[in-house]
Amino acid sequence: MKTLVLFCSALIAAVAAAAGAQAAPAAPPLPRLLRDTGLFAPGTATNLAAGVVSFAPQYPLWSDGTRKRRWIALPAGTSIDAARVDAWEFPVGTRLWKEFGYGRRIETRMIERLPDGSWRFAAYVWNAEGTVATLAPEDGTIVEVADAPGGRYAVPSRNDCAACHEGAAVPVLGFSALQLSPDRDPLAPHADPARPQMADLRTLAARGWLRNLPPALLASPPRIQAASPTARAALGYLHGNCGHCHNAAGALSGVELVLAQQADANARSAEQTIASLLGHSSRFRPNGASSAQRVATGHDGDSVLTLRMKSTNPLARMPPLGVQVIDQEGVALIERWISTDLQTQAH
Amino acid sequence: MKRIPLEYAILAVAVAATVAVAMPAHAQTTAKAVEPTAEKLARGKYLVTTSGCHDCHTPWIVGPKGPEPDMSRMLSGHPESATLPPAPAPQGPWIVSASATNTAWSGPWGVSFTANLTPDAETGLGKWTQRNFTETIRTGRHMGRGRQILPPMPIPMYKNFTDADLEAIFSFLQSIPAVKNRVPEPLPPSMPVAAK
Repeated sequence: MKTLVLFCSALIAAVAAAAGAQAAPAAPPLPRLLRDTGLFAPGTATNLAAGVVSFAPQYPLWSDGTRKRRWIALPAGTSIDAARVDAWEFPVGTRLWKEFGYGRRIETRMIERLPDGSWRFAAYVWNAEGTVATLAPEDGTIVEVADAPGGRYAVPSRNDCAACHEGAAVPVLGFSALQLSPDRDPLAPHADPARPQMADLRTLAARGWLRNLPPALLASPPRIQAASPTARAALGYLHGNCGHCHNAAGALSGVELVLAQQADANARSAEQTIASLLGHSSRFRPNGASSAQRVATGHDGDSVLTLRMKSTNPLARMPPLGVQVIDQEGVALIERWISTDLQTQAH
Repeated sequence: MKRIPLEYAILAVAVAATVAVAMPAHAQTTAKAVEPTAEKLARGKYLVTTSGCHDCHTPWIVGPKGPEPDMSRMLSGHPESATLPPAPAPQGPWIVSASATNTAWSGPWGVSFTANLTPDAETGLGKWTQRNFTETIRTGRHMGRGRQILPPMPIPMYKNFTDADLEAIFSFLQSIPAVKNRVPEPLPPSMPVAAK
């Protein structure tokens, strides 16, 4: 009996000690200047530091037509666990940057994985000369930019960063098996052309940055399995612009609107999206409407999906963050998909 | 009643304690929700009734003692059956106006209609999770990531509730009678049209 009590006490103490030992050290404060985050080589604001890799997702997020550039860096000797094809596990210390500009650089955002496994978000605002970028306030800020809508460019608050990035399985949104597939979609709106220096699935694997990646994905890179090229591009557009919130596993799964595609689900993923759109009344209803459909086919009214994409009402438009200018090319693609592919499937 | 040997009882407690210590906090908080305790529900009710929730989310009627919340429609938000003329334009020092039900508010932000907080699945919070509720209050955005929550909702004050308070409030709201009432979407300042 006494032995058992001692054993149990020791067991609890050992596990408690182990849990305490796992407590991660506190992260240092965010650097005040972008140049101290590791993006650039020492002494420059243009040349990338060694080990920083550029990439471009095949289905980019529309951000009012800003020009964007993106980079990632992993700590030396680390790699990404790609076993979960649609939820890569990034090592502590991973940093990603995204630069936004209208002609000149305006801001560069950074997300970073901390020792405790959480992620933090920051935005750095460039001076007019484009030589120094300084940490923006936590609540965001407004920058006077002649080419921005209304001459005002909104730098997001850190809460708003989290609103989009923490709605999916992994806060890293544009750096995934599907987004980096070498089998890029030629009809994807606003996509940067693939360039030799940009990373994709194969080059990342060759570089040793991906461990446990199913070999089949290299032999046959991820591709949205859709009924037509238009459907493929439309599903990809929804994935890149809506899927970070509207997915099956994140915070808004209760909405039961699945616009994210999964690289390991093949045709089932596209079917799931279409099933969550067709034949569903919309909880959001335009003012004065007694009913509304997520996607309306035939003569049963407008689709809330595109109504909200086209809305200039900031209380109704989708996405709700980071967009003031309607993406006409994206809207046209989704309307074409509804009037062709979905029309056929609905009847 | 059959007695459990003391040794087994100690071992069971030890294993349970070990699992509790070893389990990551995230896993503990995402485990399947358990029924809230009576104490938690009472705490939630206390917070709801002392934090002014009924003032705007329960429609007012004129009773024998004057305007008062209609508790038969407790916390069901702006009545979808209400027909309102266009709100008066905000001008001069008087820039805010409210409907007789105290559930529609007009101001420089447009027109806001108070939400249905009952657990109705289609028109209330029935499909919301604790996370949705907490993130809404913390961020001032619908479900934590949608449109902004508009005045007069006192987000700057409520966002300072503790997690435990928000859990108690949400648990209480999920326990009250569901009322089917589809609240209209808010109107922006540029759309001074009737609500229905």
